[in-house]
Amino acid sequence: MGVGVSIETSDAATVAPGKAPPIPEVHMGIGGTIRAAVGAMAVPLAAFVVALALFGIFIALTGRNPFAVYYQMYRGSFGTAFSFQNTLIRAAPLMLTALATALPLRLGLVGLGGEGAMVMGGLAAAAAAVGLTGHSPLAVKSGMLIAGALVGGLWIAFAGALRAYRGVNETIATLLLNYIAIALLNHIVEGPLRDPASLNKPSTPPIGDDNMIGNLPGIDVHWGLVWGLAACFLAWILMNRTTFGFAARMVGGNVRAALLNGLPVGRLIVIATFLGGVSAGLAGSIEVAAIHGTANASLVTGYGYTGVLVAFLARGNPLAVIPVSLLLGGIGASGGLLQRVFELPDATVNVLQGILFISILFSETFYGRSLFRRRPATGGAP
Amino acid sequence: MIRPQSRLPSRTPARPHSLRLLVGLSLAIATIPSIALAPRVEAAPPMTVGFIYVGPKTDYGYNQAHAEGAAALAKMPGVKIREEEMVPETVAVQKTMESMINLDGATLLFPTSFGYFDPHILKEAQKNTKVTFLHCGGLYVPGKHPENVGSYFGYIDEAQYVAGIVAGLTTKSNKLGFIAAKPIPQVLRNINSYTLGARSVNPKATTSVIFTGDWSMPVKEAEAANSLIDQGVDVLTSHVDSPKVITELAERRGIYVTGYHANQSALAPKGYLTGAEWNWGKVYKDYIEWLQAGKAYPHLLRGGLKEGFVKLSPYGKAVSAATKKKADEAKAKFMAGTMVIYKGPIKDNTGKVVIAAGTEEKQTDVTLEKMDYLVEGVVGKTH
Repeated sequence: MGVGVSIETSDAATVAPGKAPPIPEVHMGIGGTIRAAVGAMAVPLAAFVVALALFGIFIALTGRNPFAVYYQMYRGSFGTAFSFQNTLIRAAPLMLTALATALPLRLGLVGLGGEGAMVMGGLAAAAAAVGLTGHSPLAVKSGMLIAGALVGGLWIAFAGALRAYRGVNETIATLLLNYIAIALLNHIVEGPLRDPASLNKPSTPPIGDDNMIGNLPGIDVHWGLVWGLAACFLAWILMNRTTFGFAARMVGGNVRAALLNGLPVGRLIVIATFLGGVSAGLAGSIEVAAIHGTANASLVTGYGYTGVLVAFLARGNPLAVIPVSLLLGGIGASGGLLQRVFELPDATVNVLQGILFISILFSETFYGRSLFRRRPATGGAP
Repeated sequence: MIRPQSRLPSRTPARPHSLRLLVGLSLAIATIPSIALAPRVEAAPPMTVGFIYVGPKTDYGYNQAHAEGAAALAKMPGVKIREEEMVPETVAVQKTMESMINLDGATLLFPTSFGYFDPHILKEAQKNTKVTFLHCGGLYVPGKHPENVGSYFGYIDEAQYVAGIVAGLTTKSNKLGFIAAKPIPQVLRNINSYTLGARSVNPKATTSVIFTGDWSMPVKEAEAANSLIDQGVDVLTSHVDSPKVITELAERRGIYVTGYHANQSALAPKGYLTGAEWNWGKVYKDYIEWLQAGKAYPHLLRGGLKEGFVKLSPYGKAVSAATKKKADEAKAKFMAGTMVIYKGPIKDNTGKVVIAAGTEEKQTDVTLEKMDYLVEGVVGKTH
């Protein structure tokens, strides 16, 4: 197996093989945690402000007032109860698909498979609903979620296993698996599982209103949001508070050190990619069970790719995935207003996302140079 | 846990400020007499109409055809247009509809993509009973779907039939090429009508079909176009969301092309023969006039060349006078309502008789909407 790509600018790279790499968050105490959190927030926040300023220049070049645009973006994303619910509903699937990239990222793997896992998850959920026809709604709903999660998990775990045991580049493997997933979806939806009544939009048989996952009480946002938040919290606990997470991050920090310490690197990779896939698969089942009520080509939403963006912006931290998802969800929610009020093209939102992505990635080079987060250049475990 | 305050999105502001409310109320009371005394000069406030497109509205295709219809409405008095493009067939379109209703005050929506209907339009129509939703696709079922929903569609295969005549008379290799998205009834009907049109004037003509698998696949469309041209095809046409790539490629490789959805002649000044275009401006104007007059509108509205739902692009330079004459004859028959495309006997391309001799399936015949075959003369498979 090859050496994993190190994404975080970790000090581990400077540690001699055989020596345990430092894992900063562990045994750090309250003060240290807060300082680390502030440090972790300050850099991306500064990058966010810089991105907004650059976007403002871009807007000004198109002849519009950037501040009016900022105001409408705020109004369209967080400014009214309607807008905020719009943001939440867009953020929910991103939290889940982001984990498909964020979890393997902790092991130093760059996976892009969220889209494929989500599509496969949705397809599996729709198939489960067909298979469970006649059972109670609770059984159908559970069956859909489990089937989606499982299939999504296996889908990316396959790429993880190829990586761990055959040395196949996981980035390419997951990317190509996305295309295969979409082709499979189209084949199955237009063939074996096609509802004969779906003439011009081939779809699986509808799962039925009783089997739909409804909205959260009191707001116009479906239960997927709770699943997304729960998945992020669980993933954070797993990665930061368990021996599995410790081992996984060790693999990400220095794979040779992990191997020398006798860690089952291959198994860790397969499990982490599986869990990431479970999360994205869940996003697919929820898309079917809460929105579409059937599986068809509309399942190819691009949430998987936006999830990659979210995971990188969150630097692979499952908790940070939540605010970043809300941010990108909010940008998506306000995009329509920019088109309608300012007659800006849809691509404006992509420009903002692109600027944001580049400035936050660029800001990573400032880590360790800021006032808040100064760590010894070398050194063992604290 | 984050919990916004209001239960459902409503037209009222999220946090009604009591002071603002008071000021507003007193202002309103103060203006009552002046309104009552003012002579009735101003008509009703403009009707805000929202258009939602699944792709870019300058795609030389499906979305542009609708955007041209929207532009025609924008010129009408008492109508205000709001447009949003690149809205996927996900919860995003539900939110765009709600946003247009809540923030722009839209009372009539044209969510134009076929896939917007179920579940998105149906769900929003139940939530917003005072808003009218008009959808492109002809999917409305009386009794099953909400009252405030309507659906329209055009028999564009009539225009494809005429375009097929032009193609059949222009080709030298007798090989036509058709690049299509998916083998669904609507697409198969276009391929078949095109082929029947071509073979009505040139029995030697065949149409080779390539399905790309999805509505917007520019790379695959280009590959398909190149592959068909390499096989000797000298007239190309398509049924994808944007025929731009195919049209440009045909022009660059020096063959002919007939268009679809919108007018693509600007992309192929030499090789563009004609094209099957939508004429949504007419349909949308009719709806607005019905609604402005407070009349009931038909929930299911369909039409072809005769009703002005579809039209043909003006003939290109490469179309000969004799060809124009033949095509115009067929068009005149459609305009007179005497033309039937699916007149038996018609065989499919495996030799099976799909429409028996003596049987006529007229344009409105619902069996045509379940089409699952390719007629004789089409080279390709439905699956």
